[in-house]
Amino acid sequence: MNVTVTVNGAERSADVEPRMLLVDFIRQTLALTGTHQGCDTTHCGVCTVLLDGVPIKSCTMFAVQVDGRALTTVEGLKQNGQLSAIQQAFHQEHGLQCGFCTPAMMLVGTALLEENPNPTEEEVRWAISGNLCRCTGYMNIVKSIQAAGAMKSEEVSA
Amino acid sequence: MTTTAEHHALKTTPEVGGLGHSRKRVEDARFLEGRGNYVDDIVLPGMLYMAIHRSPVAHARIVSIDTSAAEAVEGVIAVVTGALLANYNLAWMPTMSGDTQAVLATDKVRFQGQEIAAVIATDRYIAQDAADKIVVDYEELEPIVNPQRSLEADAPLIRDDKEGQTTNQCYTWESGDKAATDAAFARADKVVSLDTHYPRSHPSPLETCGIVADVNSATGQATLYMTSQAPHAHRTVFALVAGLPEQNIRIVSPDIGGGFGNKVPVYPGYVVATAASLVIGKPVKWIETRTENLISTGFGRDYYMHGELAVTNDGKILGLRVDMISDQGAFFSDAQPTKFRAGLFHIVTGSYDYPVAHVTTRGAYTNKAPGGVAYRCSFRVTEASYLIERLVQNAAYELGIDPAEFRMKNFIKKDQFPYLSPTGFVYDSGDYEAALKLAMEMVGYDEIQKEKEQARAEGRLVGIGVASFTEVVGAGHGDDYDILGLRMFDSAELRIHPTGKAILKLGVRSQGQGHETTFAQIVAEELGIPSSDIKVVEGDTDNTPYGLGTYASRSTPVAGAATAMISRTLREKAKKIAAHLLEASEDDLEWEVGKFYVKGDPASSVTIQDVAFAAYTNVPEGLEPGLEGVNYYDPPNMTYPFGSYIVVVDLDPGTGQWKVRKMVAVDDCGVRINPMVVEGQIHGGLTEGFAMSSMQYITFDDIGNCIGSNFGDYLIPTAWETPRFELGETVTPSPHHPIGAKGVGESATVGSPAAYVNAVIDALAHLGVRNIDMPVSADRVWSAMEEAKA
Repeated sequence: MNVTVTVNGAERSADVEPRMLLVDFIRQTLALTGTHQGCDTTHCGVCTVLLDGVPIKSCTMFAVQVDGRALTTVEGLKQNGQLSAIQQAFHQEHGLQCGFCTPAMMLVGTALLEENPNPTEEEVRWAISGNLCRCTGYMNIVKSIQAAGAMKSEEVSA
Repeated sequence: MTTTAEHHALKTTPEVGGLGHSRKRVEDARFLEGRGNYVDDIVLPGMLYMAIHRSPVAHARIVSIDTSAAEAVEGVIAVVTGALLANYNLAWMPTMSGDTQAVLATDKVRFQGQEIAAVIATDRYIAQDAADKIVVDYEELEPIVNPQRSLEADAPLIRDDKEGQTTNQCYTWESGDKAATDAAFARADKVVSLDTHYPRSHPSPLETCGIVADVNSATGQATLYMTSQAPHAHRTVFALVAGLPEQNIRIVSPDIGGGFGNKVPVYPGYVVATAASLVIGKPVKWIETRTENLISTGFGRDYYMHGELAVTNDGKILGLRVDMISDQGAFFSDAQPTKFRAGLFHIVTGSYDYPVAHVTTRGAYTNKAPGGVAYRCSFRVTEASYLIERLVQNAAYELGIDPAEFRMKNFIKKDQFPYLSPTGFVYDSGDYEAALKLAMEMVGYDEIQKEKEQARAEGRLVGIGVASFTEVVGAGHGDDYDILGLRMFDSAELRIHPTGKAILKLGVRSQGQGHETTFAQIVAEELGIPSSDIKVVEGDTDNTPYGLGTYASRSTPVAGAATAMISRTLREKAKKIAAHLLEASEDDLEWEVGKFYVKGDPASSVTIQDVAFAAYTNVPEGLEPGLEGVNYYDPPNMTYPFGSYIVVVDLDPGTGQWKVRKMVAVDDCGVRINPMVVEGQIHGGLTEGFAMSSMQYITFDDIGNCIGSNFGDYLIPTAWETPRFELGETVTPSPHHPIGAKGVGESATVGSPAAYVNAVIDALAHLGVRNIDMPVSADRVWSAMEEAKA
């Protein structure tokens, strides 16, 4: 079946098996390997991407379901050669260690900040509760997302 | 007692970025843009995919294996069985503990999930489809799921493949002095005992295990991209298992998505994929599903422990007695030093000063997945630390002494180091009182103790739990510590280029610990070359010196030491070149970070960069050109990080649910190379400790079905459940480590479980509750309360 999808702003088209999972479509067909696969059962969240701006777990959707829609993956966060606020904040606040959950965490954070530019610690923890991390104990991920929010607010007021 | 900043007046500027700087991580750049390179990201031309057919039953004789339907699937290239591997003498392989393990089962299956056959196909989906079409006829046998049953005389023999094996006992081991310990117990006023199970847990890095095996049939070169915490040791194991010439094997361990001990063993899937690539002549990729990872790869713990502490009425410990049974699963595959069958469990005497102990251990085969890996710990120190810290709290209750005070009374004192423990360890340095005092101040210990009674009067339950752990990390020395006979040393190769930039190559392999950032800081400290001018390379056996790998918190203690030593060696050579350049005698030169100058004439100086250029352009007569070298560091002793953790919980007497109100962690890992990275390691470890104490465990039903085969059943804490942590530090350098560092990656996983559990027990201590096995779930707490009331 043919799937046409806007990926990080560019239209991409491919012929895929109907049963192909979205995560395999992203990783294998589109060769965007920043999206990872960790549990196959929607629990760990390392496969999270944004579908029309909303975080979804790409291991639990078929590629054909995203026909005509827009995906954002980690490769789409950097704009005009400039790391986004969330990328900068994860670096500044030591929000990553092995890096495997990081793309998903940053995308969930990005979606949260769109809705809620200055989330409380509780709000961040709730927002990322569908995404597991084994390295950081979440402390610095929470800080990173809050710091990104603060950075963006400064940009707006500046 | 000092903090990093006080202890270590920074010798370098932030630009140079030596020890003590919270330098931002170099490796972040690629991960932030999704440009990491994990095994599953590797795609080679013509690459095939492998899927494994596994046993649905725990113990059965294999009557027949029918692969015809699988072979008929379009896109299938080959189906591999144990019978086929036997032709190449590959049906069995050695484990890291010198046992044997089936690569693909030929005679019997010995655990649910065991590898039986593998399908190689052009596509991952096709491989999995075909693997599901393999039909195996089983004659089922009695599954043995608990080790006590396993050790009974009439239990069916699990390892009938092993010559001379007549029982299910896989090892016995003891340590300490039995007679002297018995005598101490005879003198004791009280004996406090505890029976507790440290349950089976799984490291579960978010990236599962996998390999891309690429054997070039023209050249015989095998390039194996694999999830390996120990690429050099794995190369040697592959040479021994597969009979391949070692120079033809190149192991590349690319970015690793967390390891925690899970990526130390060699798994059957690696061997089958390599054999398949060898035979077919194309690259073969195998990536585990999460279920495969949970049901078949290295678990941690599973120790049934009985401990007894002999004490006097005035609160002194006289001795310790421990008997332990370990559940090893179907194959003994702990990755640990040969001499010590129960790892370093005999460090169980802990942070306390008493003359005698006796530890007996037995390992049992069961029909469960093999493993016993050091899950974020140094060879079973986690189980040891847990047992002694739980016992100490219970002893304090029996004696009517505050548990913190009881610890203070029995601690090894600061001036007793180096301290020879009753089971033969030589603790290098410590100041246990200082760490506990600081933790007590931070948590407000006395106020919480006062609050407890008031809370009970109001119908609330509050508990406070302490753990004052001592770890033993950084294996070797090589005389005592080895893996399959390979001495546990590690290495660093430093090449300083003509322009004064450098590359550092290590025998270890980071899985998230930040080596690319922190190891450069060691060189920066020693040589004054800015850390941003130093590239750190690891994980490619063709391109790095031999080392034993990253686990058991050994990278900083061993490879970190090698890095400091080679830096110093090159500084010595640099001094000769500097003397030549300055036309001065070496004896007249002084070193200051980054430059040599003539004593009394600071203006006459050359920088390390000047010297580096001269090393290739203008060396003195008789000196070899170049500024490169390698160091193999065999540590004189282990290092002994320690700390005190205190947890405060609020417990709901109606439901048994408990919540961490406060968690304070004071760590002393000696000198901190990068405080930011150290704190990140501690956060992660405290979370895994919380996970084990509260929710994370692998169990089995009566017939050996694994309960915990996916993240819906095997619970890993999310950000929502995970407590907040407050960190404190003291700094007691290791006297034998060149920069005084001790290693910290695992301290928090080792130390924290007892603190969480002690806090819950403390909330219930007034009812007489003395033990709840981990995971301390609400239903177990509630049952314990009900039983205590009855």
